[in-house]
Amino acid sequence: MKFTWSRSLFTSIILILWVCLFLMSAGGRGSSGISPSAPTSGELKATGQSGEAGPWLIQPADLVSILKSAKGPRPLLIQVGFHVLYVQAHIPGSEFIGPASSPEAVRQLHKRAAALPRTQSIVLYCGCCPWSECPNVRPAYKELSAMGFKNLKILHISRNFGEDWVGKSYPVAKGK
Amino acid sequence: MKNRAFLILALALTFGTHPLKPRGSEPSELSPGSATAAQLLAPNFSLTDLSGKKLDLAAYRGKVVLLNFWATWCGPCRTEIPRLIGLQDKYRSKGLEIVGISLDDDAKPVRAFYQQLKMNYPVAMGDANLAERYGGILGLPVSFVIGCDGRIYTRHTGQADVSLIEREIMPLLQRVGCTQGNTGD
Repeated sequence: MKFTWSRSLFTSIILILWVCLFLMSAGGRGSSGISPSAPTSGELKATGQSGEAGPWLIQPADLVSILKSAKGPRPLLIQVGFHVLYVQAHIPGSEFIGPASSPEAVRQLHKRAAALPRTQSIVLYCGCCPWSECPNVRPAYKELSAMGFKNLKILHISRNFGEDWVGKSYPVAKGK
Repeated sequence: MKNRAFLILALALTFGTHPLKPRGSEPSELSPGSATAAQLLAPNFSLTDLSGKKLDLAAYRGKVVLLNFWATWCGPCRTEIPRLIGLQDKYRSKGLEIVGISLDDDAKPVRAFYQQLKMNYPVAMGDANLAERYGGILGLPVSFVIGCDGRIYTRHTGQADVSLIEREIMPLLQRVGCTQGNTGD
């Protein structure tokens, strides 16, 4: 009797443990920090570290699907990373603006986007560094958001452009 | 019996599906002594460093070289550089030479950063051509550990673990060829 009681207790503990771990893992995979407004630095960091979706993010595989699809207009792709990276490899059709951590590149971005309709679909990307460390995508996003662009996404590159895009055999172009 | 089966199932689900799995160590993509590493001779380059001196990789033959690609606006680069300065201080007399290649678009901020941090190793401006010769630098920072024989032993992508680099360079500094001529400054 005592043995049966001990076994039941042990089973219950394991069950509780399992439920807790399962809920934790589900929580980790979820996107608890989703906000409809522009991402703050903290939100970008938190989101990037666990690799989930947010309304301002587009995953590489999803962008590839859009680019391969014949339906609908292509988004305007803008690289806001460094030039040496762009020359070595960039997404075909994307435009180079420069590292948006510099005010000069932000001005350049503003100039490029000024005449565009605010409904224009735009995808910004960099890939210079791990997502949480990228100094370029956030200032670029902030600038375009302030200009009134609503259909704006940042390509979520978790480690770098080499590993998360080129290394996955997604389409690449070279040159200036 | 039913209870036991249930218990096993619960344990399997608990530990089998849990996402907290080790991601594995990532910085070292090549290990010293591996077949691949043994074939990779570091591509030579001849550049001019920030002080106007010639920076020729071939001139470093007989030394262990840590070749570091970086940029001033790159956060992880800025974090690791003070550690590299410390590493250079510690191992210069034993034959380690660190060489920095900046991939900034402009040399001006690089000069300012170099002076601000009192960097104790040469830095030159790199370009896409050099980056491609090193297999593509498609993210920063990237560091290569190059042995006295001029061969690449490891490549570190992302902020380097300096203690790991230290462990990698120690045996290379002990090798015959490295020890000759490195009697201290």
